[in-house]
Amino acid sequence: MLRFLFDRDTWQEVFDSLSKNKLRSILTMVGVWWGILLLIGLLGSARGLENSFNRLFGSFATNSVFVWGQSTGMPFKGFQEGRRVKLSLTDAKKIEDNVEGIEFVLPRSQQSTIITRNFLSGSFQMAGDYPLLDQLQKKKLIHGRFINQNDINDRKKIAVISEDAYKQLFEVDEDPIGKYIEVNGINFKVVGMFETGNVNMGPSTDVHIPFTTFQQIYNRGDEIGWMMITGKPEYNIKQIEEDSKLLLKNLNHIHPDDSRAFGSFNLGKEFAKMTGFLTGMQFLTWFVGIATLIAGVFAIGNILLITVKERTKEIGLRRALGATPFEIKRQIVVEAVFITLVAGLFGIISGGWILIALDHFFGQGDDAAIVNASVSIGVVFAALLILVILGTLIGLIPATKATSIKPIEALREE
Amino acid sequence: MLKINQLHKSYKIGDSSLHVLKGIDLSVEEGEMVAIMGSSGSGKSTLLNIIGMLDEADEGEYILDGLPIKNLTEKKAAVYRNKFLGFIFQSFNLINYKNALENVALPLYYQGLKRKERLEKASYHLEKVGLSAWGHHLPKELSGGQKQRVAIARALAANPKLLLADEPTGALDTKTSHEIMAFIQHLNDEGKTILMVTHEEDIANMCKRIVRLRDGIILEDTKVNQVRAEQYV
Repeated sequence: MLRFLFDRDTWQEVFDSLSKNKLRSILTMVGVWWGILLLIGLLGSARGLENSFNRLFGSFATNSVFVWGQSTGMPFKGFQEGRRVKLSLTDAKKIEDNVEGIEFVLPRSQQSTIITRNFLSGSFQMAGDYPLLDQLQKKKLIHGRFINQNDINDRKKIAVISEDAYKQLFEVDEDPIGKYIEVNGINFKVVGMFETGNVNMGPSTDVHIPFTTFQQIYNRGDEIGWMMITGKPEYNIKQIEEDSKLLLKNLNHIHPDDSRAFGSFNLGKEFAKMTGFLTGMQFLTWFVGIATLIAGVFAIGNILLITVKERTKEIGLRRALGATPFEIKRQIVVEAVFITLVAGLFGIISGGWILIALDHFFGQGDDAAIVNASVSIGVVFAALLILVILGTLIGLIPATKATSIKPIEALREE
Repeated sequence: MLKINQLHKSYKIGDSSLHVLKGIDLSVEEGEMVAIMGSSGSGKSTLLNIIGMLDEADEGEYILDGLPIKNLTEKKAAVYRNKFLGFIFQSFNLINYKNALENVALPLYYQGLKRKERLEKASYHLEKVGLSAWGHHLPKELSGGQKQRVAIARALAANPKLLLADEPTGALDTKTSHEIMAFIQHLNDEGKTILMVTHEEDIANMCKRIVRLRDGIILEDTKVNQVRAEQYV
């Protein structure tokens, strides 16, 4: 069999019968080519969308929930309803220690404030933050650095500002690093500048200063604005949210059933909705892709069947001249596989072009809808392999049919 | 060379069965040239197909060159066909996308000969039928007589013991028919055994022996004085 595959005559026969029957060869090839093309196009675009999605959210610890204090909705333990609930550093510490599956608890405080620099000023959201924030919500720093542990320990008066804040407070092309901005009469040295992201989770912040500094200048003491609770990847963030809230209620003398006392935004839950959509789309892609492939295989089978019918006489003659049924089948199957393979390779190449085109038109820039649209080569070759195997199997049907007709009947057929 | 005893064959047509051959006895010696005649439906083509191993008898004995032909697998039948038999058809049955030379070489391909050897042999046989200049032409570029000569060359290519012709002149005009017959006679002169089915009396008279079939039995089996076809050419 192997010798047969490397025999020049074999391929001569294949090329002869394919090139002398151009129309049907081309039709078959178009069927397969289209199937592979569509599969690659679909899988590539789906991957591209997924990539763009991951790029948007990849900088966030998505298994997170934000919790802040509101006012109580139920009287409890002698406290009246409507009491302001204020979260504290102790609460954050307790949650970190006691709730199962916690990765980090990040306390934050935020305040709207007027910032001035020389003659320029503006109103900004300023937050006191820990270095950890940079880990959970990746800041794209254009210049300088983010807050570090030293800043926290020494309550340094430094600030990391957003590009927007920079534009309002600085002259064009001015280097902000090392310059001072004034907040509440206190000078802060700018140590870093970050790019304003496309997607903001939680309130947007223009200026970050060390948490400890923030607490001091606003006399906040232990009291924090809100906290970001991040769960370990294997834990369910909804459960963590419930556990944390229950613990917080316990610590703050709030009725366990009070649903108004704490506000929260569960990033994990929102994210899950999005990923669910993405999974659905992926499933759809595969479904359509595989259906197209199967259609392609049927196209091959169909055309082979017609071909064999067309060539009944030829096959009968070949058998009269001494071709064994096996030789006939082998020839038809080799033709089928060859045509499928060539068309499949063309499909892969042109599918690649489509992905390049997609990347060119939709994949440029930061807010691209499709990022790095691609298909893993393994998937492509698996698809091709499936196509070839199915093509062979389906090619066997007409081949068997062809050889089951007695040569004499075949020859009679006009 | 060829011996047939009490050969029976029937075909199923729907629910009924049609008894086509009802006990044929025939023996052909080496070097004979036999015409099988009969009106349509007499079973002459069926007989030729069974002799050609393209079809199988229901009953009876068929011995070709001392070899009993019975219960052959398709594979074995294919090998025997290739080795022992050369076919000439009424409608030539050339493969239309292969040129004359390749058509002649086809049986040799199934014999497993190397390409070079195959083409050498094929061009030798093509030369024998006087078409060496047409080797690279496709069948559609050839006249009917030329096509049949290519088909004859193909039948000869594998050097068969027995040449089977099914109405070889059926699709040709009289002049070309005579040319082809002259050619076949020439082959017979060289010692080839030839069996041909025809319904044309003048063609049959160019053979050495006429077997007349009617309704599945041999009506008459006579030796005739061969009419040479050359005189008409």
